Amino acid sequence: MRQFRRMTKTHGLCLKLLGLTLAFGLSATASAQMMINGAGATFPYPIYSKWFDAYAQVDPSVRFNYQSIGSGGGQKQILAQTVDFGASDGPMSDDNLSKAPAKILHIPTVAGADVVAYNLPGNPALKLDADTIAAIFLGEIKEWNDGKITALNPGVPLPDQEIVVVHRSDGSGTTYIWTDYLSKISSEWKTKVGTNTSVNWPTGIGGKGNEGVAGQIKQTPGALGYVELIYAIQNKMPYADVKNASGKFVKASLDSITAAMATAQIPEDFRFSITNAPGDNAYPICGATWLLVYEQQKDAMKGKKLVEFLKWAQKDGEKMAKDLDYAPLPAALQARVLKRINEIKF
Amino acid sequence: MPARMAPPSRFGDKAFEWLTLGMALVVILLVFLIGWQLARGSSAAIQKFGFRFLTTSTWDPVAEQFGALPFIYGTLVSSLIALLIAMPLSIGTAVYLTELAPRWIRQPLISLIEMLAAIPSVILGLWGIFVMIPWLRNYPFPLLKRFFGWTPFFTGPIYGTSMLAGGIIIAIMILPIITSVSREILRSVPNLQREAAYALGATRWEVTRIAVLSYAKKGLFGAVILGLGRALGETMAVTMVIGNTPQIAASLFKPGYTLASVIANEFTEATTDVYLQALFEIGLVLFGVTILVNLLAQLLLRTMTRTSTTRAVQ
Repeated sequence: MRQFRRMTKTHGLCLKLLGLTLAFGLSATASAQMMINGAGATFPYPIYSKWFDAYAQVDPSVRFNYQSIGSGGGQKQILAQTVDFGASDGPMSDDNLSKAPAKILHIPTVAGADVVAYNLPGNPALKLDADTIAAIFLGEIKEWNDGKITALNPGVPLPDQEIVVVHRSDGSGTTYIWTDYLSKISSEWKTKVGTNTSVNWPTGIGGKGNEGVAGQIKQTPGALGYVELIYAIQNKMPYADVKNASGKFVKASLDSITAAMATAQIPEDFRFSITNAPGDNAYPICGATWLLVYEQQKDAMKGKKLVEFLKWAQKDGEKMAKDLDYAPLPAALQARVLKRINEIKF
Repeated sequence: MPARMAPPSRFGDKAFEWLTLGMALVVILLVFLIGWQLARGSSAAIQKFGFRFLTTSTWDPVAEQFGALPFIYGTLVSSLIALLIAMPLSIGTAVYLTELAPRWIRQPLISLIEMLAAIPSVILGLWGIFVMIPWLRNYPFPLLKRFFGWTPFFTGPIYGTSMLAGGIIIAIMILPIITSVSREILRSVPNLQREAAYALGATRWEVTRIAVLSYAKKGLFGAVILGLGRALGETMAVTMVIGNTPQIAASLFKPGYTLASVIANEFTEATTDVYLQALFEIGLVLFGVTILVNLLAQLLLRTMTRTSTTRAVQ
């Protein structure tokens, strides 16, 4: 009898506990923030985190979780529908898009540039053009005092020294922009090497990440390689002015990147490339980064919140870009992108 | 009168046996699962490239042509360099610590070596780029070139980042494990051995050589194998200093590439299926190379100990 009573007692306690947990659980879900998951490119990660942080004040009911696993991962995950949005430093290929269960939209957000950094005695200011850069990276120009380089830089003392070419060894959007540029300006590069996040390099040493390439350049006399503009600025590395499609020598800067986006041909699906853009002020070696979303959102609530965020990012988020050394989209392109965002259905 | 005791229960023993057997099986199962998963992940690449994958040297993600030979070569050569450097250093250190070092120096030295093992790989890699490489390029490499430039191994321009630099950084990373395992092995050599040798009038060096080292030979070899296992899979620090160029060159001043490095470098940004599958297959090859090298080492160990026992009998 006593035993029985004790049993019912514990039973009752259990029930109470169960009720309590249930109540807690329910109230938790009721007040829980909606979680929107994304994954992909590492290059825009700093600005995306800033956006998500700032957006928490605009709409406290939604939270973003972004994993910077790389563009390849971003494309894979959006195709597999394991995330609500993907992110990529290069547009998706036709082949990859054809695998998607529904239409995927490319939403450009910000842009960056690759600069040609070098290590020469005294680090003089250098000017380079497309042919020279391609020839250096194809291994055809091997010495610093090659006629092609001296012709572009009259009066600059160039040593009789081997050019040590340094490139990225890890797959990256930076390499995508670089090889995209080289493919556009050199048919030999296009057929021999091509455009990708990593390629079969004809010459040079591979450094891992911007820090790896920058480290190699800084440590190796006579080295030349490409790094992200932000990285070169922050590390005070000298970088060359590059002759653009209009025949002007342009220094890489946030303004000259935005100028390139303003003059580049941008197709309706936004899978554009802004390398070698025409226009006097356009820096030729730059590229945008994209968010990838399905045109038809599965979850109506989530879709609505995502669209709200994308609009906010284009209107207000773009204003934060320059502070973080990213180039914002030009106004005309922003308007076009906003129109496309409005077409997302949920 | 002895009290009647119940026969001791065998259940505990049995349960213990099953438990440990289960644990051993889990480990074996894990190895098979990894292998199976890697093979599954790369099945299309295996079908597409077949045996060519192991024998060709082009790695072109744009044209989707993939050959792993330079990576296999780079992994084996960099690990071999690492072993050649680390083996004498760490066994020498272990001998000093167990046989010769005064007590006051022993503990600080051991802690220092253990600290070396605790340095994260990335940090070591950055140190490699910014400190080790410039130093190697300015001092030891030119010397090597001057004195050994007549061999094919030390020719060509010196960039710093090279197969040799990769091997050296791996050597630094495997030093602590070989040293501490060797130290434990030398410590387990019975003192009787040493005393017997001393009694025969052997000098300190002779005692170490005859009574300690040859007694512990098998164990020391095992320690080296452990180090080799780690060397084959070292990734981050090697990637920072090896130059990441898939080529097979005799000169150790030339940049190289390892299996683990190419996976770390390219996996995150690989977008096409064949490309990803090829990277998976690289993983499978690394898995195979590691197993094969370990098996070979075991075989070597077995023949080595057999000849030494026959010699002892004679």
